[in-house]
Amino acid sequence: MSNAPIASDASREIVSPTATPPARSDFADRLRANSEYAVIPLFALLIAAVLFALFLLAIGKSPVDFVAYVWRGGFGTAFSLQNTLQRSAPLILTALAVAVPARIGLIMIGGEGALVLGGFAAAALAIPLINGHAPVTLTLILMAVFGMLVGGFWVGLSGFLRYARGVNETISSLLLTYIGIAIMNFFVEGALRDLSNPNKPSTMPIGDAYMVGKIPGTQVHWGFAFGLILCAALYVLMTRTTFGFAARVTGGNLRAALAQGLPVGRLIVACSAIAGACAGLAGFFEVTAIQGRANASLAAGYGFTGILVSFLARHNPLAIPPVAILLGGLVASGGLIQRRMDLPDATVLVLQGLIFVVLLTSETLYGRFAIFRPAGGRDRT
Amino acid sequence: MNEPAVLTVLTAMLGGAIRVSTPFMFVSLGECLTEKSGRVNLGLEGTLVLGAMVAYAASYHTGNPWLGVLAAGVAGSVLGAMHGSICGLPRVNDVAVGIAMMLFGVGVAFFFGKPYIQPQAPRLGSIPLGFWSDSPSLKSALQVNPVFFIGIALALAIAWALRNTRWGLVVRTVGDSAAAARAMGISVNVVRLMTTTIGGFLAGVGGAFLSLSYPGSWNQGLSSGQGLMAVALVIFSRWDPLRCIAAALLFGAAGAIGPSLQAIGITQGYYFFNAAPYILTLGIMIATSSAKHSARDMPGELSIAK
Repeated sequence: MSNAPIASDASREIVSPTATPPARSDFADRLRANSEYAVIPLFALLIAAVLFALFLLAIGKSPVDFVAYVWRGGFGTAFSLQNTLQRSAPLILTALAVAVPARIGLIMIGGEGALVLGGFAAAALAIPLINGHAPVTLTLILMAVFGMLVGGFWVGLSGFLRYARGVNETISSLLLTYIGIAIMNFFVEGALRDLSNPNKPSTMPIGDAYMVGKIPGTQVHWGFAFGLILCAALYVLMTRTTFGFAARVTGGNLRAALAQGLPVGRLIVACSAIAGACAGLAGFFEVTAIQGRANASLAAGYGFTGILVSFLARHNPLAIPPVAILLGGLVASGGLIQRRMDLPDATVLVLQGLIFVVLLTSETLYGRFAIFRPAGGRDRT
Repeated sequence: MNEPAVLTVLTAMLGGAIRVSTPFMFVSLGECLTEKSGRVNLGLEGTLVLGAMVAYAASYHTGNPWLGVLAAGVAGSVLGAMHGSICGLPRVNDVAVGIAMMLFGVGVAFFFGKPYIQPQAPRLGSIPLGFWSDSPSLKSALQVNPVFFIGIALALAIAWALRNTRWGLVVRTVGDSAAAARAMGISVNVVRLMTTTIGGFLAGVGGAFLSLSYPGSWNQGLSSGQGLMAVALVIFSRWDPLRCIAAALLFGAAGAIGPSLQAIGITQGYYFFNAAPYILTLGIMIATSSAKHSARDMPGELSIAK
């Protein structure tokens, strides 16, 4: 049911084994074939930008100003660039939460819920640890592990329900997001509320001593580095290991996987749990590097933007960081655009929605251009 | 808890069921029609929110709430037509487009809706069906909006049309086997475009009810997942418009538990009761799905439960 890229090279000409390929390097062929996956999304971005520019013109705003403010607010200065990198950290992690299940053929959109619950779980675990004056490093490791476990459980639940009961994972993961946010609100406004903070219901602050620091020499917290490491690790896991191969077989053809005796259920739950753990880690970093406590600000929409990041990156973990930085810059410049251009804060949402719609429309373009086909009809694998 | 308190809660739940169920009813009716033709539109959450915003704005500017309902329907059909035409292209996944349309619809609604959060727009009037009763709580529970009855009439009409008209046969054929429909000379994409557009219209009207009747104001937290739950309801209703009504009423009652208990001073577990509709939806999906075989009465072309 998914449009995972593995299934997208179906329309190939069948070549007789005797046909000798013309003298061209295998690398050039592969480059030519794979460039399709970069050119078409870039084309979609361009079309979305043109449509958005027309939209801005229609409401009497200048698209040139918009681009200038996005540049200034997101990339132009050392400060804004670091702010962008910081915001792209949760986007990278929540995009991984979409990309990994996509490989096994699931459209999971529960990253927001896993982020919120993972962050909340980490903050809740911190309370007894900090009261007991536990060592900082140990506390942070335990918080991160607990946040990942809770996030992993939350999305893993959607995967389990998909396998065991055939419940549609897209709907269940989004429902679990709403439930997760309600659970956090229940505790944050009740049992775990910090009564010394009358303004906004929050858990007890974890305190400066227990906050995750910045990457040395930058103003970017460690979540960004962990995001990059996880992208590389999950790329290797999904493309270079038996586990990843089995997952991709399952995503490509469930019946074939079952006929091969692959442990389909365990694979589905494992991929979902990995996804949730990534989002849970994003929540951990939001709590320990940005907010300092768990409250409603955790549900800032990173999980939803992460869906778009993953689709733009075609669910390829290596393509996620650049796309996340691009969209992180857009999110980061939202405030500036709002103030200077007198546009609502939802402007960024409109642009994201537009990009998403145009991007999915562009799916229809794959395989239509001869230029991307390897010369001589050579098969690419 | 003494006897009158229970009664208060039950009447409040009755009134709540009628009020809260109306948007569920419209969205699930629209989605039911769309899914009958073999396509899933997960974007109805966005349609619902955009419908609510457009209805409020139109009612504010024209002074006529019914024009607001119409405008919401038109806005919903535009989103539906977008979904329908994009999914008509080869190799495009309808579930993914639904997610995109959800984000797009919500974004557009928040973008244009900002100036309308403060002002008061004329709301839809209600029919006082509780005139025979002395109890003020029953009277207020039976303030029923005409839109509710329109929804029930529509459900009856759609159920009848699907079963008894040529048009209904075409929709069902397209939904059960696109190949058979093509062999009959039916344009599958045109039929699905039409059902998705009508589905969008209905979801937009459901949104108009949210902003113009109950809760009766426009703000960004107005829907929070009701459109999505209504889509899940359709599976539970086994693609039958009449069962959609019953399921919507059940959901309305579940959604009204929290506010009803608050009315008699029980505020404990407020967040739990707020989450009740989501948990109920998930529970129903778990109970009615099966890993072994596809859901009963499911249109054969549907990608959602494959």
